[in-house]
Amino acid sequence: MVKELTESEMLMEAQQTSLYDILRNKVSYDGLEGLYIVTVRKRVMFILGLLVLTIVASLLALGIGSVDIPVTDTLKVIGHQLSPSSIPGPENEWYSTIILKSRMPRILMALITGISLAISGVIMQGLLRNPLVSPFTLGVSSAASFGAAMTIVYAPSIFGSFYYGGVMILGQDIIFRNILLILFSFLFGLASVMLVIVVSGRGDASRSTVILAGVVISYLFQAGISFAKYISDDEALREITLWLMGGMWGVTWSSVLILIPIVAVGFILMEKLAVDINTLSTGDDVASSLGVNVSKLRNRGLALSALVTSACLAFTGIIGFIGLMAPHICRIFIGNDTRYLMPAAALMGALILLVSDTVGRVIIRPSQLPVGVIMYIIGGIFFMWLITRKNWRNMA
Amino acid sequence: MRITLEDVCQSYDSFEVLRNISFTAETGEVLALLGPNGCGKSTLIKTVCNVKPAFSGSVHIDGTNIAAINKKALAKLMAYVPQGTTHSVFSTVYDAVLVGRRPYMEWSYTRNDLRIAAEAMVAMNVGDLADRYVNELSGGQMQRVFIARALTQDPSFYLLDEPTSSLDIRNQLDTMRIMNEIVKGRGSGMIVALHDLNLALRYSDKVLVMKDKGVYAFGRPEDVITERTIREVYGVDAEIVEGKHGKYIQPYDRSDAGLCIS
Repeated sequence: MVKELTESEMLMEAQQTSLYDILRNKVSYDGLEGLYIVTVRKRVMFILGLLVLTIVASLLALGIGSVDIPVTDTLKVIGHQLSPSSIPGPENEWYSTIILKSRMPRILMALITGISLAISGVIMQGLLRNPLVSPFTLGVSSAASFGAAMTIVYAPSIFGSFYYGGVMILGQDIIFRNILLILFSFLFGLASVMLVIVVSGRGDASRSTVILAGVVISYLFQAGISFAKYISDDEALREITLWLMGGMWGVTWSSVLILIPIVAVGFILMEKLAVDINTLSTGDDVASSLGVNVSKLRNRGLALSALVTSACLAFTGIIGFIGLMAPHICRIFIGNDTRYLMPAAALMGALILLVSDTVGRVIIRPSQLPVGVIMYIIGGIFFMWLITRKNWRNMA
Repeated sequence: MRITLEDVCQSYDSFEVLRNISFTAETGEVLALLGPNGCGKSTLIKTVCNVKPAFSGSVHIDGTNIAAINKKALAKLMAYVPQGTTHSVFSTVYDAVLVGRRPYMEWSYTRNDLRIAAEAMVAMNVGDLADRYVNELSGGQMQRVFIARALTQDPSFYLLDEPTSSLDIRNQLDTMRIMNEIVKGRGSGMIVALHDLNLALRYSDKVLVMKDKGVYAFGRPEDVITERTIREVYGVDAEIVEGKHGKYIQPYDRSDAGLCIS
């Protein structure tokens, strides 16, 4: 029931919590700064916690597989590599071989790919102010895969022996094939982002328009992939099919060593954009009035995210949903400040992909399940949960 | 600081929105923009802060053309609060308010930034919402959060587009009073688009009334806001009544006066 206030009552109520009193320091605000500092502390702790979890999970993952290696021996292998004189290697010499030659590059690849997909998700969601965009939903994954598929089919005949050649960097063979794969994946990944922006109108187009544009572009490139499959010979067909499932099995040190600098530099550059991306949450106009060059920021950020995702997907094939899952899980815990969300989501993405890949390695051992398949299952369920969440339905 | 507009024209694609607008706004003053829906108030505010650069004509700040001022330097001079928000901001109130420090920071906030943001939140009465998510707030609370962000920006000029549109009567008065106090106390300036003529009458020093994409009248509120202006600009008959606490406007529907069209 609405109570009617008399004029004097209204006056009294107005005086009790008048903004004047607050402005004149009658209300303390010391607690508020403390609140923010506590929040930041929580965010940093969350990131550190994830870091520890990721390291532990990596060590465990190094040990399990078709041959189980005790953790102590895993540590010995790593320790021996880092400091051969003071730490002895494991008694079983082949443990070193399994870990260093086979599992370590694969695990690093899972970590790097998880990081790159997650940070791209954070950046894209921030830049387009759309909680449903990610490398996967915008069609970057399909486009990058198309680029890679075309490279696999055509590059050997175009480039000939150069395709299989390489240079030695840090004692590892960097094969030109890998560089070409990254290059063409990136070019098509970038093209897909630009297409989405053009098709959906502008950066601040409605959420569903952007997603629809992404879906359409995804289909276009998938048609392209089907075409590539159709015209390829048996060997290339097998290679493409295996690789499209999204897996870490073909990973070598060579590909890992190319990706580390790309993702590291991408991460640093994106982190530099983080403050500006935060301003975008208030709308393009306000961001612009805060001194941010919005279109430049958007182009730069999207190009960077296309680069890091395409580069990784060139080797792993399509891996969906990490770019959605990792940022959203982290947002629940630490909020939407891009500066903290980026590293948190990066670690979360790395962790999810690592765990999924490890599960895929052992669940039907000695055979393996491609991590892409596992991600489709977990990610699909997550995506359904995401779009039915009340919070985000209201935002559309 | 003085903002001068000379013959500013503005258009969206080929659709003209503003025609030959000229006026001057100074710090220490509240300038209210009045006019019916769609008369170009919002566009004018965007033009003044260069979010949408003028199609023709010029905007000068203390004699310098706004186009020649670095974006970041301009952000320290003017804070812009758009009308409502079509999208929700998925971040905490504190984070959303701190965004206003962008022109002053590189990557991290200093203690001073936190203090300024805290003061702004308390001033706008959203301090107790600091760790809530903006998209969970009511329209009025959101609006106060966005004004708090503008305060955090600590500019010389505030450009507010209908800041009171989703506030209740208490918060309308509080908001206008506090902005007025900031303008007078800190020597800032404010250009504010308003629908409520009574608020304009009470809190502004100057009034710019817009009609048909151009300026209808510009001057002191008591000179400009007249029964004739209200009739010609809004097409509404109203009486300006001398009340106990000053003048107020009492609009009446024509049907009340027996002038029912049907």
